Amino acid sequence: MNLILSQRRRETAAGWLMSAPVIVLLAVFLVAPILMAAWVSVSDWTGIGSPFASGVHSTGPANYRALLSTPGLPQQQLGESLRNNVYYVLLVVPVQTALALGLALVVSRRRLAGRGFFRTAYYFPSITSSVAVSILFLYVFGSTGVVNAVLGDLGLHGPNWFNDPNGVIHLVLSGLGVGHAPGALANHGFLGLSWWEWLAGPSVAMIAIMTLAVWTTSGTFMLIFLPAIYAIPADLDEAATMDGANSWQRFRSVTLPLLRPALFLVLTLGLISTWQVFDQIYLMSQGNPAGTTLTPAYLSYLTSFGNQQWGQGAAIAFILFAIIVVLTIAQRLVVSDRRGAQ
Amino acid sequence: MNRKATLTALTALAAGLVTLTTACSSSNGFSSGNSATPASTAKASKTQLTLMFGSSGTAETNAVEAAAKAFTKQSGIPVQVIPASNLTQQVAQGFAGGQPPDVFYLDPLTFQNYAKDGVLDPYPPNLPSANGFSPALQQAFTYKSTFTCDPKDASTLALYVNTADWTQAGLGAPPATWSQLQADAKKLTTGGRVGLVIDQTHSGMDEFFYQNGGTVTNAAGTQVQIDSPQNVRALTFLKSMLTQGAMKLPSQLNAGFSGQAFGENKAAMDIIGNWENGEIQSDYPNIKFKVYPLPAGPSGTHATLSFTNCWGVPKQSRNLAGAIEFVKFLTTPQQEMTFAKAFGVIPSLQSAQQQYVQAFPQYSTFVQELPYAHPDIAIAGATQALSAFDSALAQLPSANPATILKTAQQNLQAVVDQNK
Repeated sequence: MNLILSQRRRETAAGWLMSAPVIVLLAVFLVAPILMAAWVSVSDWTGIGSPFASGVHSTGPANYRALLSTPGLPQQQLGESLRNNVYYVLLVVPVQTALALGLALVVSRRRLAGRGFFRTAYYFPSITSSVAVSILFLYVFGSTGVVNAVLGDLGLHGPNWFNDPNGVIHLVLSGLGVGHAPGALANHGFLGLSWWEWLAGPSVAMIAIMTLAVWTTSGTFMLIFLPAIYAIPADLDEAATMDGANSWQRFRSVTLPLLRPALFLVLTLGLISTWQVFDQIYLMSQGNPAGTTLTPAYLSYLTSFGNQQWGQGAAIAFILFAIIVVLTIAQRLVVSDRRGAQ
Repeated sequence: MNRKATLTALTALAAGLVTLTTACSSSNGFSSGNSATPASTAKASKTQLTLMFGSSGTAETNAVEAAAKAFTKQSGIPVQVIPASNLTQQVAQGFAGGQPPDVFYLDPLTFQNYAKDGVLDPYPPNLPSANGFSPALQQAFTYKSTFTCDPKDASTLALYVNTADWTQAGLGAPPATWSQLQADAKKLTTGGRVGLVIDQTHSGMDEFFYQNGGTVTNAAGTQVQIDSPQNVRALTFLKSMLTQGAMKLPSQLNAGFSGQAFGENKAAMDIIGNWENGEIQSDYPNIKFKVYPLPAGPSGTHATLSFTNCWGVPKQSRNLAGAIEFVKFLTTPQQEMTFAKAFGVIPSLQSAQQQYVQAFPQYSTFVQELPYAHPDIAIAGATQALSAFDSALAQLPSANPATILKTAQQNLQAVVDQNK
C-alpha cells in the first residue's frame, strides 16, 4: 500500500518535472505579462523604466473611469471603436463561416475534378503575408481601382472606398428618405455616441476591410471543415438518400449536425480573431476616415505608443479581453443548449 | 484536490516570476539612471553609444553612418547606428526596458511627452550652438521655458507650382494674397486637373489660421484658441475653394498625400514642405516646378508652419557626456551642411542656413519663410485629439468648419487641462 503511494508520488513529481519547461514558458511569456498589464491598467506608469519602480503609483479605477464614464475624447473613441468592431464581428463571422463551409463542401465533392488545385487556390490568401494582401487591397479598392472599374462597367458609380466614412445603414436610410436622426435617437446615447451614431452601420471604408478579412480567413476555416466533412461516414449520406431525403435535407439533417464541433471551433476562433483585428487597420486606415475603422485593439496601441498613456491603453486591452471572454462563454452556452435539446 | 494543488503551484510560480521580472527590470532600469551627473562636469567615457533614427532612405542612412564614423575617429567613442522602422515605438520600448538609445531623432509631439516625464537631458545651453538656431525651431523644443533638445533640421511649408501648367494657363507672378491664390487656382483648374491641393491634416491647413491672424494656443500654451472667429473664417475660405472645385484634398484625387497628387500632375499647385523635393526627384523626375513663399492672409499677415526633429538625449544614458559630445559634433554648421548636401534637409543653425541658401538658391524660399514660421501643434498627450482633428478636417468638403473647430477646441483643451 505504502509502496504504491510513494510510487504514485514519484510519478507525480516526474510529471511535474516533464511539464515544467512548458509551465515556465507559459508563466514567463503569458501569465507574467498579463499580470503586469493588469497592474499597468490601474497605475500612472509613463512608459519609463519598470512599471514596478517606486515612482509608479496606483490610480485605482481612474483609467477605466476615463474610458467608461467620463465624457470626453477617450470615451468617445472607445465607443466608436466598439461600434465599428461590433459591426465587423456581426458581418465577418457569419460570412466567413458560411463561405468556408461552402468552399469545404465544394472541394470535398468526390466527383470534382482538380480538387487539389481548388483546395490550394482557396487556401492561398491565408498563407500570403497580411501586409502584402493589405497593400493589394488598397489598390483594388482605390477610387480608380479594379472594384470601381467593374462597378463602372455595370453602370454603377463606385464610392471612394477608403475615404468614405458614411455608415451603410445610414446610407440605406437616407435612400429611404430618412436623412436625419429622429430626436429620440440623436439626443440620447451611450459611451459618448448618440444612438443614431451607434446605428450608423459599418462605414464604406470598413466594408472594404471586412471583404479583405473574409477573403483571407475563409481558406483557413475551410481547412478546419474539410477533415470534419471527410470524417462523416458515406453510408449515412447513402442511407438518407434511400430514405428519400433531397440534397438540402441531407445537408440540413445529416451533414450540419455532424459538423457541429468543427462549426463551434470555427465560430469561436472567428469571434476571437475578429474582436482582435489590428494589422489591417494599422496598415490600411489607421482608424480613418472619421474614426470609422478604429478598433479597440488599434485604439489600445494608439493610446499607449502614440499618446504614451500606457495605463489607459492597458485598460482598453482589458475591456476588450472582458468582451471576448463574455461572448465566448455566451456562445458556448448557446451551442451546448442546442445540443441538449436534441 | 489535485487540481487545487496545481492551481496553487501555478499561482506561486507566477508570483515568483513577477517578482523576478520586477527585480531584474528595476535593477538596471529607472533607478540607476537617475544618478547621472551634469554634462559640464562629467568626462566622456569610451562606452559605446547607440544612435536610433527613422530614415527617409539610403541617402540619409549612409550620411548618418558616415557622421557616426567620423565622430568615432575624432573622439574614440564607438557608435552603433540603428535605423528604426517605427521610431516612436522603438524608442518607447527602449525607455520601458530601462535602456533607451543614447541619441535619437525626436519629433516635437513625442518630445512634449518625454519632456513632461522629465527623462530628457536639457543639454542645449551648454553647447556652443546654444543661441544659433532659428527661433521657431528652438521654440518647438522648449518645455516650460527650458530649451531641452537641439533641433537637427528645419522644414517649412511653401507653395509648389508646376511650371508647365503655370505657363500654359498664361499666369505671371506667383499669388501674393488669398484672393490671388483662389483666382490662380481657378484658372489652373482644367480638364482632369485641379488648381490646388493641400494636405487634409492640421499640419497642412493650420498655416491659414496664422495667416488670418488666428492662432492655435495662447503663447503660454495654457489656453487652446483654435475655434476663434479668425480660424473659422480661414477654414471657411478653404471650404469655399473646395466647393468651387479649384482646390481638392488628396483623398478626392485618389492620392495618399498632396505631394503625390502634385507629382502625378493631378494638381498644378501644392502647399507642402521641402521633403517634396526628394519625392519628386525619386518618383516624378519629369515634373518641373518652382517654389514660392505662401500668400499672405487678408490682413497682409505672412505665416507658415515649421517642422523639425531634434537630437534627443535621455538623462539615463550610460555615457551621457559622450552622447552630448556626439550631439555637439552633429550640430556644427559643417556637419549640418554635409547632411543638407547628402539628403536635402535644411540646416537648423542660422549660420548654416546662409551657406545652404548659397548652395541651393532654388530652395531659398524655405529659409526665407523661417522668421514668420509657427511650429506645428505639439501638446503632450494630444496624439489622439490631433488624429481626431485630422479625421474631421479630411471631411471638410461636406462638414461645417465651425463644428470641426469647436470639437477640436474641446478635445485639445481637455488634453491641456489634463497636463496642468
